[in-house]
Parts: sequence; structure tokens; C-alpha cells
Amino acid sequence: MLGISKRFGPVQANADVDLTVGRGTVHGIVGENGAGKSTLMSVLYGFYTSDSGSIKVFGQDATIRNAHEAIALGIGMVHQHFMLVETLTALENVMLGAEPHVLLHKAEALVRSRLLELMESTGLRVALDAQVSDLSVGDRQRLEILKALYRGAKVLILDEPTAVLTPQETEQLFGVLALLREQGTTILLITHKLKEVMRLCDRVTVMRAGRVVEEVAIADATIEGLAEAMVGRKVQMGRVGDSEKAPGAVLLQARGIHVRDLMKVVRLHALDIELRAGEIVGIAGVSGNGQSELLEVLSGLLAPVRGSLSVGGRQFEAGAWIDPRTARTLGVAHVPEDRHERAMVMSFAAWESAVLGYEWLPHYCRSGWMLHPEMRKSTADMMERFDVRPRDAQLQCSSFSGGNQQKLVLARELGQAPKVLLVGQPTRGVDIGAIEFIYGQLRAMRDAGCAVLVVSSELDEILALSDRVIVMNQGHVAGELPIDECNENTLGMLMIGGGNANASDRAKAAQVQKVAV
Amino acid sequence: MTHQPLPRWADLVVLPIVNLAVALLAAGVMVWLVGQNPLEVITVLVHGAFGTTRGLSYTLYYATTFVFTGLAVAVAFHGGLFNIGGEGQAILGGLGTGLVALWLSATLPAWLMLPLMLLVGALFGMVWAAVPAYLQAYRGSHVVITTIMFNFLASSLLVYLLVNHLKVPGSMAVESAPFADSAKLPSMHTFMGWLGIEWPNSPFNTSVFLAVLAAVAVYFFLWHTRLGYDLRATGSSARAAAYAGINPNHQVMLAMGLSGALAGLVGMNEVAGVNGRLMLEYVSGAGFTGIAVSLMGRSHPFGIVLASILFGALFQGGAEVAFEVRGFSRDMVVMLQGFIVLFSGAMAYVLAPSVAWVVNGLRGNRAPQAVKGAAHG
Repeated sequence: MLGISKRFGPVQANADVDLTVGRGTVHGIVGENGAGKSTLMSVLYGFYTSDSGSIKVFGQDATIRNAHEAIALGIGMVHQHFMLVETLTALENVMLGAEPHVLLHKAEALVRSRLLELMESTGLRVALDAQVSDLSVGDRQRLEILKALYRGAKVLILDEPTAVLTPQETEQLFGVLALLREQGTTILLITHKLKEVMRLCDRVTVMRAGRVVEEVAIADATIEGLAEAMVGRKVQMGRVGDSEKAPGAVLLQARGIHVRDLMKVVRLHALDIELRAGEIVGIAGVSGNGQSELLEVLSGLLAPVRGSLSVGGRQFEAGAWIDPRTARTLGVAHVPEDRHERAMVMSFAAWESAVLGYEWLPHYCRSGWMLHPEMRKSTADMMERFDVRPRDAQLQCSSFSGGNQQKLVLARELGQAPKVLLVGQPTRGVDIGAIEFIYGQLRAMRDAGCAVLVVSSELDEILALSDRVIVMNQGHVAGELPIDECNENTLGMLMIGGGNANASDRAKAAQVQKVAV
Repeated sequence: MTHQPLPRWADLVVLPIVNLAVALLAAGVMVWLVGQNPLEVITVLVHGAFGTTRGLSYTLYYATTFVFTGLAVAVAFHGGLFNIGGEGQAILGGLGTGLVALWLSATLPAWLMLPLMLLVGALFGMVWAAVPAYLQAYRGSHVVITTIMFNFLASSLLVYLLVNHLKVPGSMAVESAPFADSAKLPSMHTFMGWLGIEWPNSPFNTSVFLAVLAAVAVYFFLWHTRLGYDLRATGSSARAAAYAGINPNHQVMLAMGLSGALAGLVGMNEVAGVNGRLMLEYVSGAGFTGIAVSLMGRSHPFGIVLASILFGALFQGGAEVAFEVRGFSRDMVVMLQGFIVLFSGAMAYVLAPSVAWVVNGLRGNRAPQAVKGAAHG
């Protein structure tokens, strides 16, 4: 791709971008949100046509006007949000739109034999007759890759492939990608996780503000260097500023929490947890082991079937559980895991979402009437303090980038000077620059005497923030460690269910160590 | 994928006008196909609706009812509910208005009687909507289905009461005894007379002020009160509302209750303002027209008032056309209304990309303003 430019109104999404990818290599493209990675890939895949510049595929000049032409040229794309029909089987999804025979059962037999060959040679295994809705996220991703390969993809574009995967699934994926590279497939990996780039890629292109700022062979690159190139300044990502004071009084205590979901599956089992002033407690674990439910129970969104909670001088029992508003009045703030679904009303203007959950405060509401000027002023203050961009309180929430949405939510929750702060996935989908800022804010809350609980699926995040780590597995506390005893090895061990007792299980530990990298 | 967003002013003003124009054009072609002159028809229609004070009175009389039913649909819609039951709630509202008038109008003075009729009418509408609301909130029965059912129940209930209990014995007409004068809302003819202005005799009555008041009240309720904030939060994102500590079930009850009360106010226009007695067919489809009105008015009170006047004009002007133009039946007017609902409601955004293309083209490459907040609308 040479000299690619693309402009959307006033926004120069790509400015004179050159990208050369060698055959049979894995090429990483990194950059913050809005750096132009996705636009560039969309030009390559035919969603957009560039304003200027040219594309050569395998040495031939190519014009790519739509996805069909891209596929014909051997370019396949695996989107971050999968493009699969959930009610069809895996096999039918692969066949869809590329049926090799008019009679479906003959077509299926043809596709099946071809797919079995592909699965054999690539190690991408998917249950072909399972309905897609029954497949795990990792299975679906493998299916997407299979689909692209089936259609003859020689160049595979993967957009943030690991964002939705567990560490184990990530590990499997990387194994497959390495194998594909050996077989001559060219892979373009779009990501903002630099560790993954360092592990898998041969070369990496760093983009910032629509331009290529750096292109290096992986041997010459360092994580720090890439991060600096992405953000444009030095960033501090690791662990800084340990708590100086010992944790203080217990601010929240939950005992014997037992949660069952609608299908009667036990999600939390007799769980005890204690949060102390001036301490960040990290909850680690493979996604789906009860961390989400724990956050919901403590914030009052979900009532357990058994258990008790003591917070803010009050005692709650199952059956008369705390509700979200009471939680807020008792100084429990909650930054939910799911920003889009829960933390904001996306169709509201920023100044309306900026009071969500606190709209009843006398500061915002007097005898039933919303005080718009005060709401707008508070929002402007929040945006100023947390550097939310653009600083336009009138803008609809959905128009902000993920990182800025998250900053606004944090500004709202932290702004009430809570005693207990519950945070789920504080930096999911957030740029490196903003991550640094968010970590700083969470540490500042701790230093101010707040009890902070952080749930994260990123082990690095847990290690960077926590003073004490609780590992969850299948709704249980699998273990609890002070930060000094935490590393990827000890935590990974607990995450897959191995307790301290069988720490000698070398094989498992080795596997987990790989997973955690 | 490459659509440019439409500026807000274009979304609210230009697009509806374009949609209306396309609807009129399509209807014009139909009129032409059946051998009529579209220009003549539209001239008669507009003149019939706005050309005389008498025509205007009828237009505004129809519009008054549509404002009530349109607002009813809009309030429920902001709460994330599709209330198809405006028809039934309006029937019950009229029933409440009429029953209390039959019962007390002989003894109470107008200044007490009329507010009482208003309150009871709204209350009846509210209770009628509260049943489907309860079933939705606490039993999971879909409100669209139940409100449709409740339309039939309301209509049957009215017939039953009129035929078996309220009908004047010995009379052939299925209607109640007339109310005493204290239960009659002054007509515009009377009201303007008080101000010394000549105004023709028509069904147009002072309930129009109530309609305007209701529109203003709904605006302030939705965008300036905490209840309205909670309601809209629930309607836009139930999960976010739950996170904020808003009980979604309460919001369903609130949205539907208010919706039903607004629909119930139709009784003030039709029963207290015009008929002066209870009879059949005083709603006659206005509850359903309210859905179209609300769609076209983009669920905003101001838009609903404008859309109501448009639909009022179509009813009144359409009647004139059917009367004046030979061979042009009332059904052709229904066809025209159908086109307007189709283009302005169901297909409201079909033309949006083309309009955006033209608008953005005209504005050149000036920086398109980012989508301005939806706070007011």
C-alpha cells in the first residue's frame, strides 16, 4: 500500500500511509484508538476507497472496491465482532455465500471434506455441526479464520483478535497463527497489546494520528519504545507508587455470598470478601468465574440467595439486599464492566449521563426538577479534571471514544468521594495514554483512604494496581495473596484451579506461565 | 457505512418536509391515475382545511384530539414502550368524563364539574393502561399485545354500558341522556364571543387550551424533571437505568399510566366539548392516528402539535374534497393519509442519506458540526 490517504470531513484518518508486508510474515499494526489502523485495513478490504494512493497485492496493481474483490485477491479479514449467523451450524456458515453446488447436501459434503483437510493442516479445530450460538468465543474466532482460509485467503487481517479471548484461547490462537505463517500465509495483526506484538510479529508498524510514525523489525523494537511511539511521549505502564500506609479499617465485608443464575447454575459459592481503607484489592481469574457477579452483588445490582453484607455501618442479609441507590448513599461507587450497556445511556448527551445514578442528589435535583445549569457545570468540571476529549458536554455519549467515555464514568463515580470503589475492567478498550491516567486516579483514591476493588481479566493490570490479589475460580476464592507473592506464575496457577497444595505440578505451571505472557 | 450524519436542524425540519412532499407527490400520482386533477384536489384540500375560519376550526378540533393521543404514544415511547392502546384508553377516558357528568352535572357548578370530569377521565384512561402495564412489568406479557386486546375490551364495554344501562329508555338512539349545562366545555364560538370576537359555530372548543397545556407539561416532564429523566433513561437503556438504581417496573407503570391519562383527556374534547352526552364512536380511530402523529412528530411535544395540525387538516380538508370534487371518495383521503404515514413514519429515514448528501454538499466541506446532543429531543 503506497501513499494511502483518506479523509472523513475534517478528519484526516490516513495521511500518506505506506505499508509493505512481506509474504509469509506476521506484521503488526499498532496505534491508539483513532490512529487510523482500522481505516487503513478497511481500505485494504474494500469497505472504503482511498482518496489517493495505490495498492499492490503480490506485485500486481489492484483496485479493491468491495469485499468480494478483496476476497478474490486472496485477502481475508477476521473482524473484531464476528460476522457469523448464530442460528446456522459452523459448516453452514463457512458455506454461506460460497456454496459449491446447487444441491445443499452435495455442497455440504464438498465443503466438509475441504474443511476437514484445512483443519488437519492448520490445527484449527471446530465442531462443524454445532450451531454457532453454542460455540465459545474462541471457537467462533477459529471458525472465522477457517472461513477466510476456505475462501482462499493468502493474506489474513485480524482486527484485535485477542480482545475477547481468555489467556488460554489467546495461546491457542498464537500457535495457529505461527503455523499458518510457516505455511506461507501472510498475517496482518491489528492490536494495541504490545506484548502480543513482541511475541508473534516479524515487523511492526506504529501509527499515530493517521500517519506511520515508525516501522521496525521486531528484533529492534522494545515495548517501551513502541508505547512511546504510539502515544508520542514517555508512558509509565508498570507498577508505581506502592501504598505507603498499611491498610486501615474494614469498610466493606461480605460473608457467605451464594449466587445462582436464571439457569440455576451456581455462580458464587460461599464467598467471603473484605475491603479495607487505603488498599486496592485485585480480583484475578479467567473471565466467567464469578467476577462479574461479585461486582453486581456488592453494588446492589444482583441479590444473592444467601449471604450477608456489612458496609457503611449497615448490615444487609439475603432477602433484603442492598439496592444500587442505597449503595451510593452509603458511599459505594461502581464503575461497571460494561460501559455501553450499563455505565451510560448512550443516546443521552454527556451532561445527562454524567449524573446517572446521582440524579437525585440535591445538587442536581430540587423538588423533582432537574437543575440543568448545575448538571452542565458539573459535567464541564468532570471533563476538565479527567481530560475528557472533546470537552463538549452537549455531545451525545455514543460520539465519544471508549477511553473518553470511561474517563467520564470514572469522573462521575470518583467525584462523589466514595468510601468504597468497585471497578470492573477499568481499561478495557482504552488507549495507553488514558490507561496511565486511570491507574493514577485509582491509586490516588487508595491514597485518599478509599477501599478499591478492581476486577480485571488483564493479569498485567492486576499486578500493576493491586496491594492484595484474590483469584477466583468457578465462583470460589481460589486463593488470596499479598502483592509481594504475586507473579504470573503463582496467579496463573490459582486461576486454573490449582491451589497452593499442588504447586509442584510443573507441567500445569509451565503451561500457565506461557498463557500469562 | 459511508453515510455522513445529518445535521440536527435538517433532521428535524428538512427531512420531515421532504418526506411530506414525497408523500403528496405519490398521492398526486394516484389521484392522477384515477383520472382526477391532483392540483385541483390539493387546492380544495388546503382551502377546506385552512381557507376559512370555519374550516380552520374543524382542523383544530381534530388536531386537539390528535395532540392528546399523540402525546400518549410519545410518553410511553420515551419509556421504551409501544402503547397501541390509545384507542381504548381514550374510550375509557370519555366514559369516565361522561359518567361523572351524568352523575353530578345536575348538582355541581361548572367550575367544579369540569375539573372533576377532566380528573376522572384521565384517571379512567390511566387505570385502563395500568392493567397492561402491570402485566408487562410484573408478569412479562408484552404490552403491544395486551393494549391491542384492551382496545377491543374498551369498545365492547362502552357498547354494553350504553345499550344496557345508559341509553335513555324508549329512545332509538344508542346514547345517554344529555348532561346539564355545567358539564359542557365552552365552544370556541362562545369563548371568542366573550372576548368580543366573531367566530363561527363548530365543534372547536376550549379543550384546545388543555391540549397545548398538556404538550407543554409533557415537554417539561420529560426533559426537566427527575421522573422524566428516569423514564427516558429506562426507555433508552434498561440496564443502565438499573445500574443507576431506577426500578424499571416502576417506570413501566409510570410511562403507561401517564400515557393512558393523556389519552383519557380525549374525553374532554369529544364528550365534554362537543357531544354533551355519551354516545358510540367518539374516538373513531384517533388512538391509532396518535401513533402516526407521534412517529411524525418524532415523539417531541412540539413536533406532535405540528403533526396533529397536519392530520387535522387532512381529516377536514379530506372531507371537503370528498364533498366538492366529483368522483373523489373519502377512501382516497384515507389513501393520502396512508402515504403520509408510510413516508413520514415507517420510511422516515429512507431518504435521509440523499438529504444528507444534498445538505452536506450545499454546505461544502465546512466542518460538519458533530452531532449535537439529543438532550432536547
